[in-house]
Amino acid sequence: MKSVILNTVSKTLLPLLILFSVFVLLRGHYLPGGGFIGGLIAAVAFILHAFANGLTETRKLLRIHPGFLIPVGLLLAVISALAPILVTGEPLMTGLWHDKDIAILGKIGSALFFDTGVYLVVIGVCLTIIFTISESV
Amino acid sequence: MTLFLYVILAPFLFAILLFGIGQQNFKRITLLASILPIALFGYFLSLTPTVINGDVLTSFTEWVPSLGINLDFRLDNLALLFSLLITGVGSIVFLYTSQYLKGHPKLLRFYIFLTVFMGAMIGLVTSNNILTLFIFWELTSISSFFLISFNNTEASSRKSAIIALTITGLGGLALLAFAVLAGELTGTYSIAEMLQSPEVFANNAYTSYLILFLFLAAFTKSAQFPFHFWLPGAMKAPTPVSTYLHSATMVKAGIYLLLRFTPHFNGNESFFIILLFVGGFTMLYAAINTLFKTDLKGILAYSTIGALGIIVFLIGIGTAASITAAIVFIVVHALYKASLFLVTGTIDHQAGTRDITKLGGLRKALLPLAIAGFIAALSSGGFPPTIGFIGKDLIYESTLNASINPTLLTTIAVITNIFMVFAGLIVGVKPFSGSKPESLGAIKKPHFILWLMPMLLAALSLIFGLFPQWVEVLFTHQITPLLTSVESPHLAIWHGFNLILLLSAITIISGIIIYFFWKPNHRKEQQIKRIEYLSPRSISLQFAQLFHNTSYFLTRVFQNGYLRRYIMIILVLLTLVFGIHIFINPRIFLSLKDIKALNWNEVVILFMMLISILFTVFTKSRLTAIAGMGVLGYTMCFIFVFYGAPDLAMTQFSIDTLTVILFVLVVYRLPKYLKLSNPTNRIRDGIIATSFGTFLAFTIIEIMNETPVKSTTAFYAENAYLLAKGKNVVNVILVDFRGFDTMIEVSVLSIAAIGVFALLKLHLKKHEK
Repeated sequence: MKSVILNTVSKTLLPLLILFSVFVLLRGHYLPGGGFIGGLIAAVAFILHAFANGLTETRKLLRIHPGFLIPVGLLLAVISALAPILVTGEPLMTGLWHDKDIAILGKIGSALFFDTGVYLVVIGVCLTIIFTISESV
Repeated sequence: MTLFLYVILAPFLFAILLFGIGQQNFKRITLLASILPIALFGYFLSLTPTVINGDVLTSFTEWVPSLGINLDFRLDNLALLFSLLITGVGSIVFLYTSQYLKGHPKLLRFYIFLTVFMGAMIGLVTSNNILTLFIFWELTSISSFFLISFNNTEASSRKSAIIALTITGLGGLALLAFAVLAGELTGTYSIAEMLQSPEVFANNAYTSYLILFLFLAAFTKSAQFPFHFWLPGAMKAPTPVSTYLHSATMVKAGIYLLLRFTPHFNGNESFFIILLFVGGFTMLYAAINTLFKTDLKGILAYSTIGALGIIVFLIGIGTAASITAAIVFIVVHALYKASLFLVTGTIDHQAGTRDITKLGGLRKALLPLAIAGFIAALSSGGFPPTIGFIGKDLIYESTLNASINPTLLTTIAVITNIFMVFAGLIVGVKPFSGSKPESLGAIKKPHFILWLMPMLLAALSLIFGLFPQWVEVLFTHQITPLLTSVESPHLAIWHGFNLILLLSAITIISGIIIYFFWKPNHRKEQQIKRIEYLSPRSISLQFAQLFHNTSYFLTRVFQNGYLRRYIMIILVLLTLVFGIHIFINPRIFLSLKDIKALNWNEVVILFMMLISILFTVFTKSRLTAIAGMGVLGYTMCFIFVFYGAPDLAMTQFSIDTLTVILFVLVVYRLPKYLKLSNPTNRIRDGIIATSFGTFLAFTIIEIMNETPVKSTTAFYAENAYLLAKGKNVVNVILVDFRGFDTMIEVSVLSIAAIGVFALLKLHLKKHEK
């Protein structure tokens, strides 16, 4: 699709949407949002970019293959699930929390890392599926 | 005592060690593999003096205490007898195989399975915990499966292995049912402790189930009618396997189980009556079958089934004398049958055939083997002075003193034994006597191991016959608690002139007469095959075929590969469920006063929904239909927003966007057929969709009228911040309370992505297709 308007808009929208997705991810524990929704928003942002500028451009922008995000995300989720066993000896998936609040983010805990893992996996899965299909048809 | 535990685990460690050695190195040191069974045999032999004095060796280690599964081992007289058999026959089979399968490319694999089997078998007979007994029981079935299908390039071997696994696996499930039921009723999984709850086994509402499950397990494993047919099929395995598993040890696991639980069921009449019937029928049926077989191993298979039948029958008589007879007969049978099997193996190895009609006059080339075969045949037929004679005497003594119908029982026993004499002679003597058929060609002299091993076993039959007090000391003394209260009979060759001696003489003479006048041949085998369709084997296989065909048919109907068919089946089924519910319970819950006024924004959204549905259904272009679906999805998001589910709305919004993109990507390239489906199908689909929607709506209205259960909601609302430090309950459930679900969902997503990638990006080169 060659369209100057879409082209320009998508380039501006991409960083904004990704920022928004991170925002949605981080606020998830207190307000509507979370890793799954955030991941979907980020994926939509990249796909919009790909529609406007072509797949090769987006791939160049991404540098890594989106499939690479899947194992990274899974690993992050697994580590945060295993962390209680390794650190405090509590059962699998017990929430571990830092005592003090951190500016902007609020409380930091293993759940946030788990959610980030989900976020990465969702981006990876969506982009892998859509990129692969759009290249093949 | 920890050494005992290590002894039981040793075979499994040894199997891993063998695996590490590797096929090439193993070829040079095959003989060394026999060290393990010989060492274990020595260990158990060294324990004999203590154990027969009544000292029980135990070892207890917790494994899964919460489920009552513990490594609880107990070596009493019965376990010791079986352990000696397993390691003793095992040693001989291990040695024999080193020559029998010399140079076989899969020799190492064979030894590994054999070692695992031996370990499983020792574990089975020493387990005091019924759940570990079950685990070892299953391990023997599995190792048996691999050993039967050892020649896995032959379809018939694989089929026999599957039949054997199915039948014994069925029994394994029954054993598990028995174990759990008995464990729950008595409150313990320890077999010895179960004895303290005799009422459970004597007369309880569940006692008949206990008996049913126990018998199902024992009869499948020990090849009792009608489950016997897997055993002749199992003869596809190499002869050492038939010797070890399918004659001397594994098939006796069922017998072991019955003996082990005889004290528990002592006094329960139906337990013994059923054993008597099944054993009696099996032994007669199998004995008659031996007449019609021409394959040496086929004859031995049926005579093994017959012998197992005799043992079950003897346990069924239920007197001290008959249990002693059963135990002595286990030893007798293991010795002569293993010997006969090994003789058969060597004949097959040297002459290249096991067909009895083609064999004869081998005594010149294989003289030592002929002697071994002759002695084993004598023991099989119960000729004096072998141990077989004593065994047969004990059988007659117990049938004559049985409490019910001694005449009938003795007649059955005599008839069966006549055929046993015949079977022993035909396998142990016939191939060596007469003149050698020309078709056989020159017979090479076998390696000494190939005749020494059967000779050793045969010699033991003779030695035990001459010194029966050894058997008595070793095996029959205090063999089960059942016998402690009763004086066990004295073993001896000579009891004087009496009825038993007369019966023995009749048996031997009749057997010899049949041997000289009945010549097995292929014509007779073919004739008996005509009524094969009535046999349990054919009936079971037909049932299996029926099962296979039915599932094939159902799969073809329901899983035809078209997504539209799947969706249709699901919707039709749900419509039926809802429809039936409404039909049975036709209540309308809609009450006009409860309906709130619709907001103007809700009206607009509903109107948009309706328009987009109609547009999607009636449009002529695929792309616009997809766009219509997208609009429908977005309007759904508004509904979520109006009713306070922002998380759902956001997710739905993103998912809908992605779905539309995906559809467009795929559909964009499809040819532009304007007619998407024919009118009949569209009307059918319309009816299904409309009725599904209507019924679903009715059901939802009904659900809304139920008083909602708020406890789950309340729990999450209260604890989200206290336990998980989050204020968004939806997110807290996703990442914390039900985080494990999310973990698995994320993994499933990843697999889906890999699947899509692999399907579309796999560019096989020509030679790989």
